[in-house]
Amino acid sequence: MRVEFLFWSGCPSHPQALADLRRAMADAGLDPGEVSVREIDSEAGAEVEEFVGSPTIRIDGADVQPTGNEPTGLTCRVYRRRDGRISPTPDPADLRDALRAASATATGRS
Amino acid sequence: MPSIGERAPAFQLPDTQGSMHQPDGAPATVVVFTCNHCPYALAWHDRIIAVANDYADQGVRTLAINPNDAERYPRDSPEAMRARVDDGEFDGVPYLRDESQDVARAYDARTTPDLFVIDADGILRYRGAPDSDHDDPAQNAAWLRAALDAVLAGRVPDPQDTRPVGCSIKWRG
Repeated sequence: MRVEFLFWSGCPSHPQALADLRRAMADAGLDPGEVSVREIDSEAGAEVEEFVGSPTIRIDGADVQPTGNEPTGLTCRVYRRRDGRISPTPDPADLRDALRAASATATGRS
Repeated sequence: MPSIGERAPAFQLPDTQGSMHQPDGAPATVVVFTCNHCPYALAWHDRIIAVANDYADQGVRTLAINPNDAERYPRDSPEAMRARVDDGEFDGVPYLRDESQDVARAYDARTTPDLFVIDADGILRYRGAPDSDHDDPAQNAAWLRAALDAVLAGRVPDPQDTRPVGCSIKWRG
Protein backbone atom coordinates (compact mmCIF):
# COMPACT_ATOMS: atom_id res chain seq x y z
CA MET A 1 0.00 0.00 0.00
CA ARG A 2 1.29 3.45 -0.92
CA VAL A 3 0.40 6.21 1.52
CA GLU A 4 1.29 9.76 0.47
CA PHE A 5 1.14 12.88 2.63
CA LEU A 6 1.48 16.14 0.71
CA PHE A 7 1.67 19.41 2.61
CA TRP A 8 2.42 23.11 2.29
CA SER A 9 4.38 24.59 5.18
CA GLY A 10 2.33 27.81 5.04
CA CYS A 11 -0.63 26.00 6.53
CA PRO A 12 -0.23 25.09 10.21
CA SER A 13 -2.37 21.95 10.07
CA HIS A 14 0.20 19.51 8.74
CA PRO A 15 1.87 18.35 11.99
CA GLN A 16 -1.50 17.37 13.48
CA ALA A 17 -2.67 15.76 10.25
CA LEU A 18 0.53 13.74 9.88
CA ALA A 19 0.31 12.58 13.49
CA ASP A 20 -3.32 11.53 12.92
CA LEU A 21 -2.35 9.67 9.77
CA ARG A 22 0.50 7.82 11.45
CA ARG A 23 -1.76 6.87 14.35
CA ALA A 24 -4.40 5.59 11.91
CA MET A 25 -1.75 3.55 10.10
CA ALA A 26 -0.63 2.00 13.36
CA ASP A 27 -4.25 1.25 14.27
CA ALA A 28 -4.64 -0.48 10.91
CA GLY A 29 -1.57 -2.62 11.51
CA LEU A 30 0.56 -0.67 9.07
CA ASP A 31 4.03 0.75 9.61
CA PRO A 32 3.59 4.49 10.33
CA GLY A 33 7.08 5.06 9.02
CA GLU A 34 6.05 3.98 5.55
CA VAL A 35 4.16 7.17 4.77
CA SER A 36 5.72 9.17 1.95
CA VAL A 37 5.88 12.81 3.05
CA ARG A 38 6.35 15.49 0.41
CA GLU A 39 6.31 19.26 0.69
CA ILE A 40 4.65 21.32 -2.03
CA ASP A 41 6.25 24.74 -2.12
CA SER A 42 5.16 26.40 -5.35
CA GLU A 43 2.01 27.04 -7.32
CA ALA A 44 3.60 25.21 -10.24
CA GLY A 45 4.30 22.24 -8.03
CA ALA A 46 0.74 22.30 -6.77
CA GLU A 47 -0.54 22.16 -10.31
CA VAL A 48 1.74 19.29 -11.29
CA GLU A 49 0.77 17.31 -8.20
CA GLU A 50 -2.93 18.25 -8.49
CA PHE A 51 -2.55 19.57 -4.95
CA VAL A 52 -5.78 21.31 -3.89
CA GLY A 53 -4.62 22.22 -0.40
CA SER A 54 -2.67 21.20 2.65
CA PRO A 55 -2.73 18.50 3.75
CA THR A 56 -3.59 16.14 0.94
CA ILE A 57 -3.50 12.44 1.78
CA ARG A 58 -3.63 9.75 -0.87
CA ILE A 59 -3.79 6.02 -0.39
CA ASP A 60 -2.78 4.06 -3.46
CA GLY A 61 -3.35 7.26 -5.40
CA ALA A 62 -6.88 7.87 -4.12
CA ASP A 63 -7.58 10.99 -2.09
CA VAL A 64 -9.09 10.31 1.33
CA GLN A 65 -11.71 12.97 0.57
CA PRO A 66 -12.91 13.53 -3.00
CA THR A 67 -11.60 16.86 -4.25
CA GLY A 68 -14.44 17.79 -6.59
CA ASN A 69 -13.58 20.79 -8.73
CA GLU A 70 -11.30 22.47 -6.23
CA PRO A 71 -8.56 24.52 -7.90
CA THR A 72 -4.97 23.58 -7.21
CA GLY A 73 -2.89 25.93 -5.10
CA LEU A 74 -0.96 26.67 -1.95
CA THR A 75 -3.65 26.94 0.68
CA CYS A 76 -5.16 25.14 3.63
CA ARG A 77 -7.63 22.46 2.72
CA VAL A 78 -11.15 22.29 4.11
CA TYR A 79 -12.24 18.95 5.56
CA ARG A 80 -15.57 18.06 7.10
CA ARG A 81 -15.60 15.93 10.22
CA ARG A 82 -18.18 13.20 10.67
CA ASP A 83 -20.10 15.37 13.12
CA GLY A 84 -20.41 18.06 10.43
CA ARG A 85 -17.76 20.42 11.77
CA ILE A 86 -15.34 22.05 9.36
CA SER A 87 -11.72 21.28 10.08
CA PRO A 88 -8.25 21.80 8.61
CA THR A 89 -7.55 18.08 9.09
CA PRO A 90 -9.41 14.93 8.01
CA ASP A 91 -11.51 13.03 10.50
CA PRO A 92 -9.25 10.30 11.94
CA ALA A 93 -12.12 7.84 11.48
CA ASP A 94 -12.12 8.62 7.76
CA LEU A 95 -8.38 7.95 7.64
CA ARG A 96 -8.79 4.60 9.38
CA ASP A 97 -11.65 3.60 7.06
CA ALA A 98 -9.70 4.60 3.96
CA LEU A 99 -6.68 2.61 5.10
CA ARG A 100 -8.79 -0.44 5.92
CA ALA A 101 -10.60 -0.26 2.58
CA ALA A 102 -7.32 -0.01 0.69
CA SER A 103 -5.91 -2.85 2.72
CA ALA A 104 -8.94 -5.04 1.98
CA THR A 105 -8.67 -4.23 -1.72
CA ALA A 106 -5.00 -5.11 -1.73
CA THR A 107 -5.70 -8.38 0.10
CA GLY A 108 -8.43 -9.23 -2.42
CA ARG A 109 -5.99 -8.72 -5.27
CA SER A 110 -3.32 -10.94 -3.80
CA MET B 1 1.22 48.42 12.52
CA PRO B 2 -0.70 49.18 15.73
CA SER B 3 0.45 47.87 19.07
CA ILE B 4 -1.84 47.17 21.99
CA GLY B 5 -2.68 50.53 23.58
CA GLU B 6 -2.16 52.49 20.37
CA ARG B 7 -4.74 53.96 18.03
CA ALA B 8 -6.10 51.44 15.54
CA PRO B 9 -5.92 52.44 11.88
CA ALA B 10 -9.06 54.09 10.55
CA PHE B 11 -10.67 52.61 7.46
CA GLN B 12 -13.78 52.62 5.38
CA LEU B 13 -14.69 49.56 3.30
CA PRO B 14 -17.69 48.38 1.29
CA ASP B 15 -19.88 45.45 2.28
CA THR B 16 -21.28 42.95 -0.21
CA GLN B 17 -24.02 45.39 -1.19
CA GLY B 18 -21.67 48.32 -1.64
CA SER B 19 -22.57 50.15 1.58
CA MET B 20 -19.58 51.63 3.35
CA HIS B 21 -18.64 50.71 6.93
CA GLN B 22 -16.08 51.98 9.39
CA PRO B 23 -15.30 51.82 13.10
CA ASP B 24 -17.57 54.50 14.50
CA GLY B 25 -16.86 54.94 18.17
CA ALA B 26 -19.00 52.07 19.41
CA PRO B 27 -18.27 51.02 23.02
CA ALA B 28 -16.20 48.23 21.47
CA THR B 29 -15.57 47.21 17.88
CA VAL B 30 -14.39 43.79 16.75
CA VAL B 31 -12.47 43.81 13.48
CA VAL B 32 -11.98 40.28 12.20
CA PHE B 33 -9.98 39.45 9.10
CA THR B 34 -11.52 36.33 7.65
CA CYS B 35 -12.27 34.64 4.36
CA ASN B 36 -14.28 31.96 2.59
CA HIS B 37 -11.73 29.31 1.82
CA CYS B 38 -9.74 28.80 5.02
CA PRO B 39 -10.75 25.91 7.29
CA TYR B 40 -9.59 27.80 10.39
CA ALA B 41 -11.72 30.81 9.51
CA LEU B 42 -14.67 28.55 8.79
CA ALA B 43 -14.18 26.48 11.94
CA TRP B 44 -14.22 29.62 14.11
CA HIS B 45 -16.87 31.47 12.10
CA ASP B 46 -19.99 30.47 14.04
CA ARG B 47 -18.32 31.28 17.35
CA ILE B 48 -17.39 34.77 16.19
CA ILE B 49 -20.87 35.46 14.83
CA ALA B 50 -22.34 34.23 18.12
CA VAL B 51 -20.18 36.75 19.98
CA ALA B 52 -21.35 39.51 17.64
CA ASN B 53 -24.96 38.67 18.42
CA ASP B 54 -24.42 38.15 22.14
CA TYR B 55 -22.72 41.55 22.58
CA ALA B 56 -24.76 43.61 20.12
CA ASP B 57 -27.12 44.73 22.87
CA GLN B 58 -24.14 46.28 24.67
CA GLY B 59 -23.30 48.31 21.60
CA VAL B 60 -20.47 46.13 20.35
CA ARG B 61 -19.97 46.40 16.61
CA THR B 62 -18.40 43.60 14.57
CA LEU B 63 -16.86 44.11 11.14
CA ALA B 64 -15.66 41.11 9.13
CA ILE B 65 -13.09 41.88 6.45
CA ASN B 66 -11.95 39.63 3.60
CA PRO B 67 -8.55 40.85 2.35
CA ASN B 68 -7.53 37.86 0.21
CA ASP B 69 -6.43 38.03 -3.41
CA ALA B 70 -9.52 36.73 -5.19
CA GLU B 71 -7.73 36.26 -8.47
CA ARG B 72 -5.59 33.47 -7.07
CA TYR B 73 -8.30 32.32 -4.66
CA PRO B 74 -11.65 32.56 -6.49
CA ARG B 75 -13.55 31.29 -3.47
CA ASP B 76 -12.81 34.68 -1.91
CA SER B 77 -14.37 36.63 -4.77
CA PRO B 78 -16.95 39.35 -4.06
CA GLU B 79 -19.59 37.08 -5.59
CA ALA B 80 -18.68 34.24 -3.24
CA MET B 81 -18.73 36.67 -0.30
CA ARG B 82 -22.18 37.88 -1.31
CA ALA B 83 -23.43 34.29 -1.58
CA ARG B 84 -22.45 33.58 2.02
CA VAL B 85 -24.11 36.76 3.23
CA ASP B 86 -27.24 35.94 1.23
CA ASP B 87 -27.24 32.49 2.82
CA GLY B 88 -27.39 34.16 6.23
CA GLU B 89 -23.98 33.02 7.38
CA PHE B 90 -23.06 36.45 8.72
CA ASP B 91 -26.35 37.08 10.47
CA GLY B 92 -26.22 40.84 10.15
CA VAL B 93 -22.45 41.27 10.56
CA PRO B 94 -21.14 43.36 7.64
CA TYR B 95 -18.75 41.37 5.43
CA LEU B 96 -16.35 43.88 3.93
CA ARG B 97 -14.05 43.65 0.95
CA ASP B 98 -10.47 44.94 1.36
CA GLU B 99 -9.71 44.92 -2.34
CA SER B 100 -6.48 46.92 -2.07
CA GLN B 101 -5.37 44.93 1.01
CA ASP B 102 -4.39 48.29 2.53
CA VAL B 103 -6.44 47.73 5.68
CA ALA B 104 -4.95 44.28 6.26
CA ARG B 105 -1.50 45.80 5.83
CA ALA B 106 -2.29 48.68 8.17
CA TYR B 107 -3.37 46.23 10.87
CA ASP B 108 -0.50 43.85 10.08
CA ALA B 109 -3.11 41.10 9.79
CA ARG B 110 -1.38 37.76 9.36
CA THR B 111 -3.98 35.05 9.17
CA THR B 112 -7.63 34.32 8.68
CA PRO B 113 -8.95 34.66 11.25
CA ASP B 114 -7.06 37.48 12.97
CA LEU B 115 -9.06 39.51 15.49
CA PHE B 116 -8.70 43.06 16.77
CA VAL B 117 -10.78 44.67 19.53
CA ILE B 118 -10.94 48.47 19.57
CA ASP B 119 -12.39 50.54 22.39
CA ALA B 120 -14.68 53.58 22.13
CA ASP B 121 -11.67 55.88 21.77
CA GLY B 122 -10.28 53.88 18.87
CA ILE B 123 -7.51 52.29 20.91
CA LEU B 124 -6.49 48.72 20.15
CA ARG B 125 -7.12 46.59 23.25
CA TYR B 126 -6.86 42.98 22.01
CA ARG B 127 -5.35 41.18 19.08
CA GLY B 128 -5.18 37.50 18.23
CA ALA B 129 -7.27 34.35 18.06
CA PRO B 130 -10.88 33.96 19.22
CA ASP B 131 -9.88 31.22 21.67
CA SER B 132 -7.27 28.55 22.16
CA ASP B 133 -8.62 25.80 19.87
CA HIS B 134 -10.32 26.03 16.48
CA ASP B 135 -11.31 22.39 16.84
CA ASP B 136 -13.21 22.78 20.11
CA PRO B 137 -16.51 24.69 19.85
CA ALA B 138 -16.81 24.53 23.64
CA GLN B 139 -14.05 27.15 23.82
CA ASN B 140 -16.81 29.54 22.73
CA ALA B 141 -14.43 32.32 21.63
CA ALA B 142 -13.44 32.76 25.28
CA TRP B 143 -10.51 35.12 24.62
CA LEU B 144 -12.65 37.40 22.48
CA ARG B 145 -15.47 37.40 25.03
CA ALA B 146 -13.01 38.15 27.84
CA ALA B 147 -11.54 41.02 25.85
CA LEU B 148 -14.97 42.52 25.20
CA ASP B 149 -16.02 42.12 28.83
CA ALA B 150 -12.87 43.93 29.90
CA VAL B 151 -13.19 46.76 27.38
CA LEU B 152 -16.85 47.31 28.21
CA ALA B 153 -15.95 47.45 31.90
CA GLY B 154 -13.00 49.78 31.34
CA ARG B 155 -10.48 47.12 32.34
CA VAL B 156 -7.38 45.82 30.59
CA PRO B 157 -8.10 42.51 28.82
CA ASP B 158 -6.28 39.40 29.98
CA PRO B 159 -4.88 38.17 27.67
CA GLN B 160 -4.33 41.25 25.53
CA ASP B 161 -2.37 39.58 22.79
CA THR B 162 -2.55 36.00 21.55
CA ARG B 163 -1.04 34.32 18.53
CA PRO B 164 -3.40 34.39 15.56
CA VAL B 165 -3.81 30.92 14.09
CA GLY B 166 -5.05 30.18 10.60
CA CYS B 167 -4.31 30.48 6.92
CA SER B 168 -1.91 33.17 5.82
CA ILE B 169 -3.41 36.26 4.22
CA LYS B 170 -3.28 35.74 0.46
CA TRP B 171 -1.38 38.81 -0.66
CA ARG B 172 -1.32 39.86 -4.27
CA GLY B 173 1.75 38.66 -6.12
